[in-house]
Amino acid sequence: MSGSMEFLLWTKGPMFNVAIAIFAIGLLVRIAEIFVLGRERNYAEPRASEWLPGLRTVFTRTVADPGTFKRAPFNVVVGWVWHIGFLIALLLFVPHIKLIESLTGLSWPALPNPIISMVTAVTLVALIATLIHRMTHPVKRRISTIEDYLVWTVVFAVVLTGFLAFNRMINPYPLVLGMHILSAEIMLILLPFTKLTHIFTLFIARWYNGAAFGRKGVQS
Amino acid sequence: MSELTLERGLAAFRAEVDGPVAAFFSSCVHCGICAQACPFYVETGDPKYTPILKLEPLRRVWENDFTLWGRIKGLIGLQQKVTDQMLAEWEELLYDSCTMCGRCSMVCPVGNDLALMIRKSREGMVQSGHAPEGLIAASVRAIQTGSPMGLQWKTLAVQIKHVEDSSGLAIPVDKDGAEYLVLLSSMEVINFPEYLEAITRIFAHAGVSWTLSTDCFEATNAGIQIGNKDVAAELVERVVAAAEKLRVSKVISPECGHAFTAIRWEGPNLIGRSYPFKVFHIIEVLDELRAAGRIQTEGMETDRLSMHDPCNLARKSGVIQQQRNLMNLVAENFVDLKEHGKLQWCCGAGGGVSSNERAEPLKMAAFKHKKAQIEEVNAERMVTMCATCRTQLEEGLEEFNMDIPVVGLTEMIAEHLVEKPRPASPADAQA
Repeated sequence: MSGSMEFLLWTKGPMFNVAIAIFAIGLLVRIAEIFVLGRERNYAEPRASEWLPGLRTVFTRTVADPGTFKRAPFNVVVGWVWHIGFLIALLLFVPHIKLIESLTGLSWPALPNPIISMVTAVTLVALIATLIHRMTHPVKRRISTIEDYLVWTVVFAVVLTGFLAFNRMINPYPLVLGMHILSAEIMLILLPFTKLTHIFTLFIARWYNGAAFGRKGVQS
Repeated sequence: MSELTLERGLAAFRAEVDGPVAAFFSSCVHCGICAQACPFYVETGDPKYTPILKLEPLRRVWENDFTLWGRIKGLIGLQQKVTDQMLAEWEELLYDSCTMCGRCSMVCPVGNDLALMIRKSREGMVQSGHAPEGLIAASVRAIQTGSPMGLQWKTLAVQIKHVEDSSGLAIPVDKDGAEYLVLLSSMEVINFPEYLEAITRIFAHAGVSWTLSTDCFEATNAGIQIGNKDVAAELVERVVAAAEKLRVSKVISPECGHAFTAIRWEGPNLIGRSYPFKVFHIIEVLDELRAAGRIQTEGMETDRLSMHDPCNLARKSGVIQQQRNLMNLVAENFVDLKEHGKLQWCCGAGGGVSSNERAEPLKMAAFKHKKAQIEEVNAERMVTMCATCRTQLEEGLEEFNMDIPVVGLTEMIAEHLVEKPRPASPADAQA
C-alpha cells in the first residue's frame, strides 16, 4: 500500500511538473515552427478577405459534407463518438474539473458520475473500433505508421485506466489512479512530437485552408 | 538546363515548405478520408493513391529539416530520408494519379490543403529529374514555340481567316487600347475551333472591344502543370508583356481550367508583382455581359442537359454560379450533377495528366466516376467550359459507348444570339 501511495504522489508531483513542462515547451516550439515559416506575400487580387472564410472553415470542417459521410460513414461516426466521449470525460468529470480549477481557477458544472462512466465505456468501445478499422481498411493500413499505433495505445490507456480507477476495478486504488495520471502525463509528453499535435494545429490548418479558398471566392 | 539531381530536388522541396505546409503535416491524423475524395483511389481501390501518401516526400523533408523533433531524430539516426529511388517510385503518385483537382483539400477533416502540397511537391520532382516525359516535352515546346502543342501563329492566322469568312466579322489583332486581350489554348485552336467563332460573334453582338495578340495567344501554362516556377513565370511574363504592350485593361482566359488558375492566381506570385490589368475567365465575362443586358438570346435548348464544372474554375477559382446563370439563359431542361460546384468530381485529365501519355489508363479509370455521375442524372448532353475536360468527356463517353455529345458553353450561348442585336442604349436599359 505504501509503495502504491508513493507512486501516486510521484505522478502527482515531480512527474506532473516534468510532463507539463515538456508539453508546454514542445507545443510552443511546434506552433512557433509554423508561424516562423509563415507565408509569402500574395500578389493575386483577392475576391474576398481571408479572415472570415478562414474562421468559418475552422468550424465548418468539423462536419463532413454529405458525400463524404456517405462514402466513409464509419470514419465519421466513430471518429465523432470517441472524440466527444473523450472530451466529455475530460472536461465534465468532477475530479478533472477540480484539477483544472486548482491550476487555472476556472470551474464549471460537472455531469453525474454514472453518466461519465457510461460515456467512458462507449469511448473505449469506439476506440477499439478505430483500431480494428486501422488494421483492416486498406487505406488506413497502408498509411499507418508505428506512431499511429503508439498514439492509439496511449490514448486508450488513458481512458481505460480512468475507467478502471473510477469503478475501483484494480486494487490498491492509489496504484490504478497513479497509472491513470501517468498515462495522461505520457500523452501530454508525446503530444508535441506526434500527430496528437492536431489538437492544437488543426485550427491553424483549417484557417489556412479556409483563407486560401476564401480569397478565391470559395467557401471551403 | 544544368544537371538535375537529388540534391537540387531536396533544395526545391525545402523551398516549398511554409507555414501552411507545417500546419498541415502537423495536423494529419492518418484518417484516410482524403482517399474517399480522390477519383483515382475511388475508381481503382488501390490505397497507394491515397492523397496524403502522395505527399510523403514533402512530409519527410518538412519533418527532417523543419521540426525540432526531426532534428533530434537525425541526431540519433532515426530520420527517414528521401532517396532518389523513393522519388522515382513517387513520380506516378504525384503526376499520373493526381490532377490537383483539390477535392481532398475540401474534405480533409483537419483542413489540409493537399492539392497545394502536390503542386509544391512537383517543384522538387522536376529539380530531381523525376517529371514525366510528356510534361517535359510540353514544357520545352511551350518555352520554345509559345505553345505546349507547338502551335504557331500562322496556324491560328489560317483559323482566323476561316472564322472571318464564315461569320462575316473581323477579328481584331494587335489592336492597341482594346478593353480585352483574348487568350486561347492550343488544344482549343486545334480541337474546338468553334470557340473562336463563338466569342467573335458574341463580342460583336455585345459591342465588346477586344483583341488577339500576335506576341502571345497561348493561355495555358505547362510550367504550372509540371511544377517548374521558372518555366511558369516565363510563360506568365509573355502574357503580361503582350497585355501591357497593347495597353488592355482586362485579359480573358479561355475555356481552359488550369490556364485560368495559372494566370489569375499563381501568375502574379510567379512574377512577384500585381498586374496592371484584371484577369477573367471567359465565363465570368459572358455572365457580366448577361447581367448588364448586353447579350440577347432567343430560343432554348430542350434536351436534358447537365454540366461538368472544371475543378480549376469552380473549386479552385470560385466561378460556380456564373455558368449556371448562362445555362438558364439558353437551356430549359438543365439538371446539375448531384455533386457539383465546389464539390464536383474531376474528369480525370487535368493537372498535366492528359499530357502524360503513360497515365492514359489511370486517366480513363478516374473518368469512371464522372461517367457514373452523368448516368445518375440521365443527361442527354454535357456542357462544360474547359477544353481538357471536354476532350476527356468526349473520349471517355466514347470509350464506354455512351452517345452523349459534349458542348462548350460559350458556343452554346453564341448559337442563341438574336440575329440583329439592338445597340445597347440607356433608353433600352430603362425600358
